[in-house]
Amino acid sequence: MTIIKMDERQLIPDLYRKEYGKMVTVLCSRFGIAYMDIAEDIVSDTFLSAAETWGLKGVPSSPVSWLYAVARNNALNCLKHDRIFQRQVKKDLTMDGEKCFEMDIDLSPKNIIDSQLQMMFAICHPSISVEAQVSLALRVLCGFSIDEIAQALLTTKSNINKRLFRAKEKLRLEEVMIAVPDSREIGVRLDTVLICLYLLFNEGYYSASPDKVLRRDFCLEAMRLTYLLIGNASTSMPRVHALMALMCFQASRFDARVNDKGELVLYEDQDIRRWDEELIQRGNDFFIRAIHDDEVSKYHLEAAIAWWHTHPVEEGEKWENILRLYNQRLILEYSPVAALNRAYAFYRVYGRERAIVEAKALQLSGNLFYHSLLGELYIDVDNEQARQHFTQALELAGSPAERAVLEKKIEGLK
Amino acid sequence: MKEFALIFRIDGNAVASAGEVTPAQMQERMTYWTNWMGGIAARDRLSSSGHRLGIRESKTIASGNVVTDGPYTEVKEFINGYVIIKAQSVDEAVEMAKGCPILFAEGGKVEVRPLVAPDDNN
Repeated sequence: MTIIKMDERQLIPDLYRKEYGKMVTVLCSRFGIAYMDIAEDIVSDTFLSAAETWGLKGVPSSPVSWLYAVARNNALNCLKHDRIFQRQVKKDLTMDGEKCFEMDIDLSPKNIIDSQLQMMFAICHPSISVEAQVSLALRVLCGFSIDEIAQALLTTKSNINKRLFRAKEKLRLEEVMIAVPDSREIGVRLDTVLICLYLLFNEGYYSASPDKVLRRDFCLEAMRLTYLLIGNASTSMPRVHALMALMCFQASRFDARVNDKGELVLYEDQDIRRWDEELIQRGNDFFIRAIHDDEVSKYHLEAAIAWWHTHPVEEGEKWENILRLYNQRLILEYSPVAALNRAYAFYRVYGRERAIVEAKALQLSGNLFYHSLLGELYIDVDNEQARQHFTQALELAGSPAERAVLEKKIEGLK
Repeated sequence: MKEFALIFRIDGNAVASAGEVTPAQMQERMTYWTNWMGGIAARDRLSSSGHRLGIRESKTIASGNVVTDGPYTEVKEFINGYVIIKAQSVDEAVEMAKGCPILFAEGGKVEVRPLVAPDDNN
């Protein structure tokens, strides 16, 4: 009996993360939204086989090919032996206009990509909430486990399971097509996808969860999926390039945001040597490609702001430009986060007193960032007000890292 | 929440005699406008960023289909543009209108009008 070596013990979990999503997506695209659970079962069984077989016979020379071959066989067996399944799928397929029932599962790289693109539009569907879209994307497209998703989203496994169950139900009920929409619909549907990917990225970037590796993976997955859209002609629109640029610029500071002790490092205190220059460059490239005709989407504006933040110099026109961009961003579409950031930019250009007026007008009491901002603005203007706001923020803080930052601010007021 | 149109009026003579606007002045004006509109938008009170209304290609039609050149002028004043905002009351709308940069211009005025339904006979 072969003993799996230490590094091989990580092999199956690694493969699971990389390949689960791809296989489920291909099978689900093939059979339709109603068979998502069956697709997941087939792939889970495949990994179970791997765990059993590789322990006994050793790891195959090409583990991925092994997995794909077994998944394919499992799926075909399902089709052959489960008569109800076969009849139903056959009926669905002939109704879709396919003349013959092709007994094949195409796991080629091209079909994996095509299936993922189609699945993105099926999952990021307006009939389910954006939180449900994100959870479903994390599970089906990205292959994260229920545990990992619950941990990152700071909720329970039970909640995630419920959320996924209801979302799949709804998509089945709506008979959502697993396809890239046609030119009439694609504009609107793409916007829904982009919002989901943006949120997915932010979950990774801003998450209060302590697992840094997991959060970084969320960002990378959001970027990978956005990149798929860029690689496809009908979805490669300027605003998608802008979103990609935004993600690159933000992600470039990922390593600098949290120090080795797991503490949050504020922008002005970050070690610039930990900023990823290559990612900033890639962001610049995507940004240039985002400039096309006169299209100015909210992603263009946010990417421009993020670009300014890749320049650590604090003098000159930096904050005037950022303020101008936030003004444009809000005039285009309201967002509480943009409103708060605008107030901060206002402070950097016009000073604390005028910024306090702008900030208070936002009327976002009960919002952690609103109170953090007012706390910051009141420093040396009215330290008692500052303390009150920081204290309120502390009550709203969700993570030890956030609490640590606020406690330090309160200390500094004495 | 109700909607109000803020209609910006300006003195025609002042515009005519103003002369060239330097890029720096243009930039400064833009900054006033985007700060003001951005402030309203930041409070989630902007319904529509509206439009500036042009002068050169404008006409006025009166009864009898009499057409004259230029915008309609009340004394020497004409409408420069508008935005639509949301407010609980006209007083709240007026507060937001007070920051409007048109008021720096000579004869600048902001007219605040509620958006009413077609069957509202107020």
